[in-house]
Amino acid sequence: MSLSLFALQVVNGVEYGLLLFLVASGLTLVFGVLGVLNFAHGSFYMLGAYLAFWLSQRTGSLLLAILVGLPVMVVIGLVVERLAIARLYARDHLSQVLLTYGLVLLFNELQRGLFGNDVHGVATPKALAWTMPLGEAQTWPAWRAFTALACICVAAGMRQVILKTRFGMRVRAGASNAEMVEALGIDVRKLFATLFSAGTALAGFAGMLAAPLTTVYPGMGEGVLILSFVVVVIGGIGSIKGAFVGALLVGLADTFGKVLLPGFASAMVYAVMAAVLLWRPRGLLGPAFEGR
Amino acid sequence: MRQRLVLLVAAAALGAVALTGDRFWLQFLGKAMIGCILAISLDLLVGFTGLVSLAHSAFFGLAAYVLTGLTNGIGLTNPAATLPISVACAAFAALIIGWLSLRATGVYFIMVTLAFTQMLFYVFNDSAALGGSDGLYVQSRPVEGRMAAYVVIWAALLLVYLLLSRVLRAPFGRVLEGIRGNEQRMRSLGYPTRRYKLAAFVVAGAVAGLAGYLDATLYGFVNPAQLGWRQSGLVLVTVLLGGRGTLYGPALGALLLAFIEHYGARVTDHWNALIAALVIAVVLFLPRGLAGLVQGAPRV
Repeated sequence: MSLSLFALQVVNGVEYGLLLFLVASGLTLVFGVLGVLNFAHGSFYMLGAYLAFWLSQRTGSLLLAILVGLPVMVVIGLVVERLAIARLYARDHLSQVLLTYGLVLLFNELQRGLFGNDVHGVATPKALAWTMPLGEAQTWPAWRAFTALACICVAAGMRQVILKTRFGMRVRAGASNAEMVEALGIDVRKLFATLFSAGTALAGFAGMLAAPLTTVYPGMGEGVLILSFVVVVIGGIGSIKGAFVGALLVGLADTFGKVLLPGFASAMVYAVMAAVLLWRPRGLLGPAFEGR
Repeated sequence: MRQRLVLLVAAAALGAVALTGDRFWLQFLGKAMIGCILAISLDLLVGFTGLVSLAHSAFFGLAAYVLTGLTNGIGLTNPAATLPISVACAAFAALIIGWLSLRATGVYFIMVTLAFTQMLFYVFNDSAALGGSDGLYVQSRPVEGRMAAYVVIWAALLLVYLLLSRVLRAPFGRVLEGIRGNEQRMRSLGYPTRRYKLAAFVVAGAVAGLAGYLDATLYGFVNPAQLGWRQSGLVLVTVLLGGRGTLYGPALGALLLAFIEHYGARVTDHWNALIAALVIAVVLFLPRGLAGLVQGAPRV
């Protein structure tokens, strides 16, 4: 492998990993704080991508579509939390898996009803439709660089919010002991709803960023969902830092797997996961003891 | 006593369908009974041991692929050979996946079984030699003829039902239920709980393999979608719909779901939305499933 090809794989792997982080961080927080295992999280990624497709056709600009789409995702998150997720807080994992599985089926049917089974392309914004040279032979599309940059900004912002704000403090407290937070007189329902819709918006945002790269197609959320589970398992449930490390690991393993072991690439990621589990059954940065 | 009578009548009725020789019903109920086998074997894990596994479709699909490989690859069709080999392969896969997955507990366990299922899915989906996403035809089936296949499936369902109800009444089954109730207490009583869970996982995986073998026999066709996580999710739905923690509940759920699937597809193209609504309604309003409506009946 030449140096420039290697460099291309590294930047692509990191960019993919960052995108996965956006999805996985919501998943891990919703589980860590709300205690709900949300299979519909991948559907939010799909919804985001379809919103980007539909809105960019209406408005003629993907960036505008993202600006309009994000508040829509927040609202979707609030509605789903109120109607479905809020009923699951006191229920066991099986009920959570099944109800959110039902939501996956529902969202898939909604997508099929509205947009059909076709694959749709989304145009990259003109200002970012160029590529940058990478070594002698390779080029890297500016949209991928923009995606990576946007993800880094979101990750850094998330870190600030979680470490430095009152809301972040409550989130951290909720992740370690939600009952105690409630006993201290904090409105947990509001906290949960805010957190859930933030996770929804993050997954949707990832879908919007990915739309020009991967095209928009039925079932696109499921692959991302499963990979996000792998990320969360590798990183440790409830740990944002773990999700970040896990996402980069999975992104790189997947990208290099496709080049080095074509045909076995998709299985490669799971081999990494199995290895981590053998070594640390609760993930790299997971809690030493099971909290719940 | 009354419950036994009902089950006996149901079994006899399902058997009597074979005598009619009607093409549609043989195929339809054959498929539904395979769903029953799959659902009650998963219930051994979900309802009795308290393990929510999403790997069940993997063992189902794997055994189906093993049968296809044996008949297409080396021309081995005789069920006396292919059945034990296919089921053993599923059991072996369950041993490996179970051993790895059971290092994790609770929600980790769910996610890990899901990941292994998808890994197997991609192995078959991405490999042209294994048929790729189109799947493979079974060139010669172990049981020829629709009626013969139906009778075999019917007998398999009865055997699996009797076997599992025997297993669950035995001390082994009691230990599994103890693990579901309070694993730590069972461990402190001296039971090696992880080994018990692994044993349950392997038994359930082997029975799922049997169901996959029968499916490939009935349809003469395998494809990777049978291995995917959506399929596993659907089996979980079946178990919950019928009522976890009982053996007849999931069987009932499988029959009901087969009817909904068939007639729903006739009424609307969006029958998945019907299933989705049903699942959500059952989770919210009927957590013990249909079997929860029957009061006071014994569970196995």
